[in-house]
Amino acid sequence: MKKFIGGLVVVGLALSGTVGLAPAAEEGHNAAEPTHFPILKPREESWSFAGPFGTYDKAQLQRGLKVYKEVCSACHSMDLVAFRTLEHLGYSEEQVKAFAAEYTVQDGPNADGEMFDRPGIPSDHFPSPFPNVEAAAAANAGAAPPDMSLLAKARGVERGFPRFIFDIFTQYAEAGPDYIHSLLTGYDEQPPEGMQIPEGTHFNPYFIAGKSLAMAKPLSDDQVTYDDGAPQTVDQYARDVSAFLMWAAEPHMEERKRMGFRVMVFLVIFAGLVYATKRRVWSAVAH
Amino acid sequence: MSGGHSTYTPKTGIERWIDARMPLPRLMYDSFVAYPVPRNLNYAYTFGGILSIMLIAQILTGVVLAMHYTPHITMAFQSVEKIMRDVNSGWLLRYMHSNGASFFFIAVYIHIFRGLFYGSYKAPRELLWILGCIIYLLMMATGFMGYVLPWGQMSFWGATVITGFFTAIPLVGEWIQQLLLGGYAVDNPTLNRFFALHYLLPFMIAGVVVLHVWALHVTGQTNPTGIEVKSKTDTVAFTPYATIKDAFAMVLFLLAFSYFIFYIPNYLGHPDNYIIANPLKTPAHIVPEWYFLPFYAILRAITFNIGPIDSKLGGVLAMFGAIAVLFFVPWLDTSKVRSAVYRPWFKLFFWLFAANAIFLGWLGSRPAEGSYVVMAQLATLYYFAFFLVIMPLLGLIETPRRLPNSITEAVLEKNKAGGAAMPAGATAAPDHKG
Repeated sequence: MKKFIGGLVVVGLALSGTVGLAPAAEEGHNAAEPTHFPILKPREESWSFAGPFGTYDKAQLQRGLKVYKEVCSACHSMDLVAFRTLEHLGYSEEQVKAFAAEYTVQDGPNADGEMFDRPGIPSDHFPSPFPNVEAAAAANAGAAPPDMSLLAKARGVERGFPRFIFDIFTQYAEAGPDYIHSLLTGYDEQPPEGMQIPEGTHFNPYFIAGKSLAMAKPLSDDQVTYDDGAPQTVDQYARDVSAFLMWAAEPHMEERKRMGFRVMVFLVIFAGLVYATKRRVWSAVAH
Repeated sequence: MSGGHSTYTPKTGIERWIDARMPLPRLMYDSFVAYPVPRNLNYAYTFGGILSIMLIAQILTGVVLAMHYTPHITMAFQSVEKIMRDVNSGWLLRYMHSNGASFFFIAVYIHIFRGLFYGSYKAPRELLWILGCIIYLLMMATGFMGYVLPWGQMSFWGATVITGFFTAIPLVGEWIQQLLLGGYAVDNPTLNRFFALHYLLPFMIAGVVVLHVWALHVTGQTNPTGIEVKSKTDTVAFTPYATIKDAFAMVLFLLAFSYFIFYIPNYLGHPDNYIIANPLKTPAHIVPEWYFLPFYAILRAITFNIGPIDSKLGGVLAMFGAIAVLFFVPWLDTSKVRSAVYRPWFKLFFWLFAANAIFLGWLGSRPAEGSYVVMAQLATLYYFAFFLVIMPLLGLIETPRRLPNSITEAVLEKNKAGGAAMPAGATAAPDHKG
């Protein structure tokens, strides 16, 4: 077994040597017309929900919800999230009812066969700003704004070697919110000289799929009023809405990490007991 | 181990009654209690047990997930999210199942490499090895179809690419592809049949596992020395010795598995699969699950025509060939010595092969452009050369190290070298070495 493990170590070392050559294989970056995106990797932010004991900051999620409601939801749907789940954000049942009632939801058909509008109730999901994807695309220069329910898990810029190995041990799982935050705060960067930006699109070096995207800079300072004294800056808005979207994509994350800790503690103790038993059982046999 | 002499003695009246009618307790006792295993098995030999636990875990979580899943293109994605959000502990079941697939493959790869290292495929265990290869093939089909079910972007486009391979086959290719898809493109009939097959195949795996274990119990296990069991002192009883050792390895494996489930559950998946499938929008890079990446790299390495075979068919042949060659390993290896422990050159080439396989996996995740293609071609060349050139030739020209006369002798020698004083002649007798 020692040899088997020794072999594994040698393989690991050999591999890190070979793979180290890899960047040479990437095509040289041309500043004006890059071929690999995003141009800039997302900045790693510190999040309250990162790490093995991470939890959502409820005040931050509430602010993020406000940003979503007042800004993003004009174009972006969030089909998979029900109003009732907003209780996780620290709202009471009554507050959630009132929040849902602010939305108009189409229901029906009624007994006469007619569709009708009614105020939202907690079991409804966030209504979409557009009746269908085609309408969303038509209203946005052909690019339908993506649904935001899973956005924080559906975006992840490749980490590259060797970072993707370290990520296992640092439990890096915030690529989504890092990306969203970087993108939202990246609109002020200027394109390098000579770069052609197609008309109707907006340069953003953090955009994952090209040098520019259809969405214009959505946030500006003091656009959304915070009533808890948090700074009303683009950076803070971006941070809050990214955290909110992480919650929307992974509402059971806190429960998962809490349970995970108990499972790990149990397994470590159990492993110790089983190992002690194994030692005892094998103590009489040379092997 | 073979022999068929049972040591089971029913103690109570009920046991005697059952034993006279259907001796299932006897079979269990002989297979999992009294069954003799070599005393020198190391932890690399614990993955068989780990794999059976993983198969059971996958089937149990899978059956419950199927109760909540809807195999229809307009509802599949949403039903998976319903499981993640609203089903009690649904997120846990789904993360166990999706990460379980990955850990199933981690375990099976270690199991296969252990077999290659210690020559477990050599006579008389050829059928045991081939049954294992069949299980591996079934696992790949199951894993691939399971990945399609959430109906995300990578599900859809992975299915499109992989079923597209079959069109490279002359004459019948198109027909096979349409049979797989239930139409001309990946659509609702594809999802329906993949769901049905994804539910069926694990039970076929379980069936072949029974044959695999049966074959194992006929020939007995190999061991790190590669020397067959010669006397009773070479073995210990399965229970408690192997059971407790397997149990410890299982708990460690579950620890790593839990770490992924609870802390980085999406690490092994692709972010694009959280975007609902869209037949009109191709992802920038279509990549299969990580456990297929080495074969994906081999597929894309063939960028040139070979005589009448165009590069597309060539790639598909190379990819299927990379799996097919495993079936012939028992006859490709000409060495009389089983274990790599006594084969210095084979050991070197084996570890190169392992490194090369991981390297191929990494290349599979890269875009097929520039020097990646050349690297993939070289790595593919070594992959095949290992089986088709090195294995047959090395067995003829290599001088193996001296083999011990028996497992017991090997154990005693090792312990002596390790500094543990062994009373002369003590074999199964108690000693103070753990």
